[in-house]
Amino acid sequence: MHTATILVGLGAFLACAVEMVEALTIVLGVGTVRGWRSVLIGVGAAAVVLAVLTGALGPALQEIPIDDLRLLVGGLLLVFGLQWLRKAILRSSGYKPLHDVDEAFKRERAEAEAAGGERRAGLDWYSFTVAFKGVLLEGLEVVFIVITFGSAQGRLDVAIVGAVVALVVVVVAGVLARGPLQRVPENTIKFAVGLLLTSFGCFWGAEGAGADWPGDELSLLALIAFLSGFSWLLVRTLRHRRLAVRPAEASA
Amino acid sequence: MKYVKAFGVFWWNFIVGDDWTVAAGVALALALVWVLNDYGVNAWWLLPLAVALLTGISVWRAAGQSEEA
Repeated sequence: MHTATILVGLGAFLACAVEMVEALTIVLGVGTVRGWRSVLIGVGAAAVVLAVLTGALGPALQEIPIDDLRLLVGGLLLVFGLQWLRKAILRSSGYKPLHDVDEAFKRERAEAEAAGGERRAGLDWYSFTVAFKGVLLEGLEVVFIVITFGSAQGRLDVAIVGAVVALVVVVVAGVLARGPLQRVPENTIKFAVGLLLTSFGCFWGAEGAGADWPGDELSLLALIAFLSGFSWLLVRTLRHRRLAVRPAEASA
Repeated sequence: MKYVKAFGVFWWNFIVGDDWTVAAGVALALALVWVLNDYGVNAWWLLPLAVALLTGISVWRAAGQSEEA
């Protein structure tokens, strides 16, 4: 299998895993307080919408000529991936709080306890809408990544398999843990996803604009190494800057 | 009209996020690679450099804003 195809599967797996950990936290927070029926119907409805989006947009994108597609997808992935990368750098350097699964779970439970008991269509409307919106919004990022990764590489199947495996792993882990997955290194995974999205965006964007990479797909590994090294340098520099501005945090 | 605007705002935030200058810089860099290619220059090196520059400027500015807050 080609380097890029393996990385496409890995990227889809990691992105889906990290987003599903967040969705699982929301679903568990509401479900453990208000019961499971409406929550699971909300999850199912969101899953159907996400599957329809993937089924409709994935094959449609593959109809676009590959160079145009790579320019479009490369540009989108670069802009989208740089959001992930910027946030990861700011989190690692202490300028943005790390995502705390335990805290999010407690907040979700508190909000579920305080919410009213409105019923619509035989459902606990609060549980349904929170589960639906949570899974849909977290899943949209996964769908975006799966479709762009898969179609630009011409291996939508690999990207879908990567995402589905991650979904199964997270759900099984959640059931076994009977709670939110606090030990998943969520912030590290987000950093890795940001690096992969940005590297693929660079690679496909430049190819779509007519450039030829030396070493072809192998240059992807060099791109990942370059962006990892540069990000590490930025994290170190920003940490020094933060400690220079707020020296009290050095001993904390 | 309200829903169309909300739909547009959602996708803008989803793709572009809180720093539009990064998106503008990426678009400019891609256009430059395209133009250079038309002049026979294989500018594969331009995008990684642009990404590094844009990321550095963006996080440095975000850190400054965080210190002021």
